[in-house]
Amino acid sequence: MERRSERKRSVELMVGLFVVMGFAALLFTALQAANLGSFTFGQKSYQVEALFDNIGGLKSRAPVKSAGVVVGRVESVTFDNEMFQAKVVMSIDAGFEFPADSEAQILTSGLLGEQYIGLVAGADEEVLGAGSKIRRTQSAMVLEQMVSKFMYSFVENKSKE
Amino acid sequence: MKALMDLGAWTLDQVRHVGRLAIFAVQLFKELPASLSRFGLVCQQIHFIGNYSLLIIAVSGLFVGFVLALQGYFILVNYGSEQALGVMVALCLTRELGPVVAALLFAGRAGTSLTAEIGLMRAGEQVAAMEMMGVDPVRRVLAPRFWGVLISLPCLASIFSAVGIFGAWIVGVAMIGVDGGAFWSQMQAGVDIFSDIGNSLIKAVVFAIAVGLISLYQGYNARPTPEGVSRATTRTVVISSLMVLGLDFIMTAMMFSV
Repeated sequence: MERRSERKRSVELMVGLFVVMGFAALLFTALQAANLGSFTFGQKSYQVEALFDNIGGLKSRAPVKSAGVVVGRVESVTFDNEMFQAKVVMSIDAGFEFPADSEAQILTSGLLGEQYIGLVAGADEEVLGAGSKIRRTQSAMVLEQMVSKFMYSFVENKSKE
Repeated sequence: MKALMDLGAWTLDQVRHVGRLAIFAVQLFKELPASLSRFGLVCQQIHFIGNYSLLIIAVSGLFVGFVLALQGYFILVNYGSEQALGVMVALCLTRELGPVVAALLFAGRAGTSLTAEIGLMRAGEQVAAMEMMGVDPVRRVLAPRFWGVLISLPCLASIFSAVGIFGAWIVGVAMIGVDGGAFWSQMQAGVDIFSDIGNSLIKAVVFAIAVGLISLYQGYNARPTPEGVSRATTRTVVISSLMVLGLDFIMTAMMFSV
């Protein structure tokens, strides 16, 4: 009887160890691979809107950066059927304030990388708050448009010569 | 005419199997909560199913991580983006390989032993003896084993992913010399806690239900002869592997489609 209960206890110990290992593995992937530590859950932020002529390949959850530092995320990308422009709602962490005349640009990280929004601070005294609109925007560079512009100017120059 | 009859018989046979499996599943699920009251039995099964599969899962995970890192490096270095090795390996492992390979190995390691055990219990008329004594074999024998599978497989799949990432780190960073900081930071930027790791857990649970049901059903319905048990064991591996791969495709299409 004594030996049996001891055996049972060692089984329980091994099972406990096994389950703990499972959770540790999950925690490891969550912390080390997915970076749960910097997970901004319920962190305060405010939302601002901007209208763009062309957003290129911008997707929701894309970063909003200023001077290269992530200050927020793109919340949603929709089409504004009155202005016929793309309406981008971004949430900016409450710790950052930007002048009301700041400019939003759609940029690409690297040559082939993902697209993000770059905020260039303006000089206004007032700051952007919840629901305010960024008026000065710069659309994404679309490769086809750049090539066609280049081709036109190239042909024009050729015909002038 | 003969071929047509054969086809008809085969189809009816399959439909009958599906129906029996469904009835079996309902019976099993009804007994699941009650069987938890004897947690010692469940514990024993986790030990038998989970702990004994730990070694093969961990070693396979390590080697899958090694190989992924090597192959990934050879491809990525062509594009000058070998730092993306970390995110590639982590996404491969958490989204697909972790749950799927763990479930396939699990079906081979633990599913077969469950089928053989229950099939032999049936061949030795132990199940009939239990029924005679008024002990419900579903509650006493099957339900604890199903709990064991349900708890073990998600744990094993997480261990597989974690060990695989560690293996990729050994080959990629320690041996080849990819920059360690970029390896982790790209991984952390690319892997999402809910859509990647959460879905990986969901997949593992679904695979556990499939593998557990199939191996228990095959054992419980095996013909009580040595040949019948051996056939049932083979069928467990074949059917649960196919089910895992098929379910994985369906779930991937649902989870990761844009």
